[in-house]
Amino acid sequence: MSGARLTGRRIHGGRARGAALVSSAALSFFGGVDPESGVVTEKDHPLEGRSVAGRVLVFPHGKGSTVGSYAIYRLARRGRGPAAIVNAECETIVAVGAIIADIPCVDHVDIGQLPDGALLEVDADRGIVEVVDR
Amino acid sequence: MTLQLTDEERGMLAGEQGRATKKSMEILVALGEIYGARRLIPVRSVQVAGVSYDNLGQAGLEFLEEMAADGRVRVLTTLNPAGMDIESWRELGIDETFAERQRRVIEAFARMGVIPTCTCTPYLSGNLPRFGQHIAWSESSAVCFANSVIGARTNREGGPSALAAAIAGRTPGHGLHLERARVAEVTVQVEARLVDETDFGALGFVLGQALGARVPYLTGLDPDVSLDALKALSASVATYGGAALFHVEGVTPERPAPPAERLVVTRAELDRARDGLSDEVAPDEVDFVSIGCPHASLDELARIAGLLRGKRVLRETWIHLARPLRDVAERAGYVRAIEASGARLACDTCMVVAPLRGRFRALATSSAKCVYYSRGKNNLRVLLRSIEDCLALATTAPAGAER
Repeated sequence: MSGARLTGRRIHGGRARGAALVSSAALSFFGGVDPESGVVTEKDHPLEGRSVAGRVLVFPHGKGSTVGSYAIYRLARRGRGPAAIVNAECETIVAVGAIIADIPCVDHVDIGQLPDGALLEVDADRGIVEVVDR
Repeated sequence: MTLQLTDEERGMLAGEQGRATKKSMEILVALGEIYGARRLIPVRSVQVAGVSYDNLGQAGLEFLEEMAADGRVRVLTTLNPAGMDIESWRELGIDETFAERQRRVIEAFARMGVIPTCTCTPYLSGNLPRFGQHIAWSESSAVCFANSVIGARTNREGGPSALAAAIAGRTPGHGLHLERARVAEVTVQVEARLVDETDFGALGFVLGQALGARVPYLTGLDPDVSLDALKALSASVATYGGAALFHVEGVTPERPAPPAERLVVTRAELDRARDGLSDEVAPDEVDFVSIGCPHASLDELARIAGLLRGKRVLRETWIHLARPLRDVAERAGYVRAIEASGARLACDTCMVVAPLRGRFRALATSSAKCVYYSRGKNNLRVLLRSIEDCLALATTAPAGAER
């Protein structure tokens, strides 16, 4: 069953398809995600123990050190980065990370409409996030 | 899209001037759109942070080497401290592998034309903007100093966005580049006489806790306040609150109207803050003394040399500074006095970015910023003390220690 088709803002272009990994909490890529495996390591984080690799990663916004941009790049270079990033409100750390890692990224999306595990299609050039199958 | 680009900028974004310029423009345009900039503004000076291999890791190194393939800076660009003294790293206990990778990071920056000053005080080492100039700096303490004390204009950039500004020669014109973001928001009446750098560090902490990133207008400070005190205040304000600008009545060059909203800071509050910036550490437990966060000035080096002349340090003692200042300090005789005591002058690096985890237990430092990172990143217990008290500790043997 297909669902919502949301339009937001392009942060970095490209297209990707993948299962949603949804967090209600902000995410820090420096110190909060294991740079080799892509598994979230921040204690008591809603995604603790789950891997961002290959997923359409949905979270409100980034937090923490600006070194986090390099951490996103490092994940992508290891093939452990997210397929796409969808934010409510993108900020410097995630935006710069997505650009240098070449990961499609969209923000200004009502992320509450995106269920964890749903198959999402992201057309970041047009700022569109579509629920293909939930 | 509200951001307007010139024809040249559109060409840069399309890749007409190479890959690194294209990548840089993608970063600047995305940030400009996120923060509602109308245009990109030319900058004259850039300071790039994100240099220590301890923070960058292999990925950061790979990114920098990729940018260095065809990236060249267009304006005066200097570098933040690295994870080691570029020349005397062995003496600081840095291992060979780390040193090799750190050197590759520096070389990648140098290929792009970034001058490897390796200091967090660019304004003391040849990168000094003028009042009103648009610049793109990372390194939060230097950002705060440049905006507040010099009156130059910069947002708080991250390492990659500062590098992008250097390569493109531009930065998105939003935030502190605009007049309206530079007005004071809260009048802060300081009802205490601030004595040493720990008082200024404590004041930064109090401001950070009370105001977050809101811009203070400080009254009650001595109009003859030293640059070193303002350097300490800049570092602490930026660390504990995230503010990138403060005004001091009769001292800093921008003269905004004093805001109606008021906050009073008393001696008792400063003392409480200063106590909170130290852990329960008996002076005998201190095995590491570190000064120079931000990097020591010539005045501070004179003070330190005066305090150490003819003495011996009996605990590991590091003084952090920029290499160019070391040369000057050598002529002044400070280097000889400091090194004869057994204290180390660690250039190019500092205790915040060096790989120190696990090497020491308890630190005495004169820097409130250093307290934060030593606790969080290096897992040290800390004592915040004046330079005089830190060096008195350094030259006193811990009880029970072998002589």
